[in-house]
Amino acid sequence: MEIIAKSLTKIYDGKYKALDTVDLDINLNGIFSIIGKNGAGKTTLIRILSTQLMPTSGTAILNGHDILREAGKVREEIAAVPQEARAVPWLTPIQTVTSYLMWRGYTFSKAKQMGLDALRSMGLENLENQKNRKLSGGQKRKLMVATVIASEASIIFLDEPTTGLDYISRKELWEILRKLKKDRLIILTTHYLEEAEVLGDLITILDKGKIMDSGTIGDLRSKIKYPFVLKVYSPQFDIEMKNGRISRVSDNEFFIYGSESEIYSLVQDMINRKVRFTVEEVSLSNIFENLVGGGEED
Amino acid sequence: MKRIKRSVYSQVTASILVNSIYAMMNYPVLLINTLLAPLSLLAVVTFASHGRLLPVAAEGALIMNMVQSGTSLQGDLSHLKNDMRLQDMIVSSPTPAMIYIFGMAISEIVYSIPTLTLLIILNLLFVKTTIIGGMVIFFDMATIFTFSISLGFLLSTFSSDIIQSWAFSGILSPILTTLPPVYYPISYIPYPYRYLSYLSPTTYAAEIAQNSTGFANLGVENYAISWLILIGITVLLTYLALRRSRWREV
Ligand SMILES: Nc1ncnc2c1ncn2[C@@H]1O[C@H](COP(=O)(O)OP(=O)(O)OP(=O)(O)O)[C@@H](O)[C@H]1O
Ligand SMILES: [Mg+2]
Repeated sequence: MEIIAKSLTKIYDGKYKALDTVDLDINLNGIFSIIGKNGAGKTTLIRILSTQLMPTSGTAILNGHDILREAGKVREEIAAVPQEARAVPWLTPIQTVTSYLMWRGYTFSKAKQMGLDALRSMGLENLENQKNRKLSGGQKRKLMVATVIASEASIIFLDEPTTGLDYISRKELWEILRKLKKDRLIILTTHYLEEAEVLGDLITILDKGKIMDSGTIGDLRSKIKYPFVLKVYSPQFDIEMKNGRISRVSDNEFFIYGSESEIYSLVQDMINRKVRFTVEEVSLSNIFENLVGGGEED
Repeated sequence: MKRIKRSVYSQVTASILVNSIYAMMNYPVLLINTLLAPLSLLAVVTFASHGRLLPVAAEGALIMNMVQSGTSLQGDLSHLKNDMRLQDMIVSSPTPAMIYIFGMAISEIVYSIPTLTLLIILNLLFVKTTIIGGMVIFFDMATIFTFSISLGFLLSTFSSDIIQSWAFSGILSPILTTLPPVYYPISYIPYPYRYLSYLSPTTYAAEIAQNSTGFANLGVENYAISWLILIGITVLLTYLALRRSRWREV
């Protein structure tokens, strides 16, 4: 599955630039995660790629079809759950999935069968005949995801599918997405960086409408200045770093970021000082902070 | 790539199931909702005219029912689009806009089956016309239905909020049905106001219906003009709905 975006730009109301010449070249059967702060442009990007929203300029090609000139062909291959999609309250889960699949052109009986399978895979089988309005917030989110994964679409857009899910449900959804990704491309946005790191075969970091960085988690790590972190659990601490960054996390916790060699050169020192410490590769959240900075806008 | 054969029948049925059958099963009060407005105005006009205008009002109620289909379509589409984001999900799928909307339009008819049944019975009992006249009334109603469905769709694509679409409905219903000579003969309106009533397409539809039941005598020329204008407005609006409405947002 393939998505190529060429200089996608979106200016809302003639003045607000929500996306700024975004280029993408994704050729993947797997999960592509988009992360970024609130207002970074994630939803805008997803809506443009999934043909819900016109770009101001630029275009994108999905599996060889242009989103502007061949929207019909693009739509044959995609499915999307918008960030604010809500289950229609007067339907039951099985009616929700079945009707969506019927809109995609499946016969009632086929749609119902596929729907039941999808609900089962999301752990909603006992609720299939309950009214949607009686479902919990997380159950409703799962239902929306079940709806699209039941379909044959080869490119699936999920805008914050796990927001509001408990930790267990989130991990269940990860398992489902992992199974699904074998022959599909799943574009997923999330604010859970752990999720992007665990799931994302490719990760893109968006900030103020621009792509800050893209690649596998390894690629992202390799590009940053301080890919390793030494976590020291000690109240007192004094050390000279030539090029590194020390940040005090709490009264008796320090994090030292640096290159691999630099960090390991400090290890002997830590042993001599008899302090407790760990050495880790930085996580996506560190990379994210590094690239887009603290939450000055949040 | 898996290619599936998509059934248009299923696609249309999905709209009907979601928007009318399942909704009605869930909220039976919806059935009364569509019934009330056309029938209460019919009752008022009938009583006020000592029964004389019942045939006109029975036609009028049919017209109002068609217009209501359009305004409810507008509200339903807006609700599903803005509050559920269902339309976004449909846009990002192989369902063509036309088929989704067509299904939704049919669902509005399904909604008003109780009203239609009652009105058709009233028409059969109290309205005297010929078979040709009956057919004319049928096409007349089909045209005004197409007009209001197109208008409803057009408005829904521009509404960003259900409150806004309630306002649209609140405006459309009186200016298209209560005020113009839909429930009463146009000759009841004194000049110069009579000219104003020709601003509403429902006036032409009502005149055509009244002509078939003997409550108006248009003459060949005016009769043809009424049809021309009614069809003209309908074609224009359908064209606009297809061309100008925002399926993909800008
Ligand atoms: N319809 C709109 N009209 C005007 N501005 C908009 C519109 N939609 C989004 N924006 C603006 O564009 C920017 C990007 O919004 P977008 O919804 O793409 O962000 P996001 O990354 O999805 O954020 P979040 O994490 O909060 O969902 C925001 O600053 C927002 O205010
Ligand atoms: Mg968003």
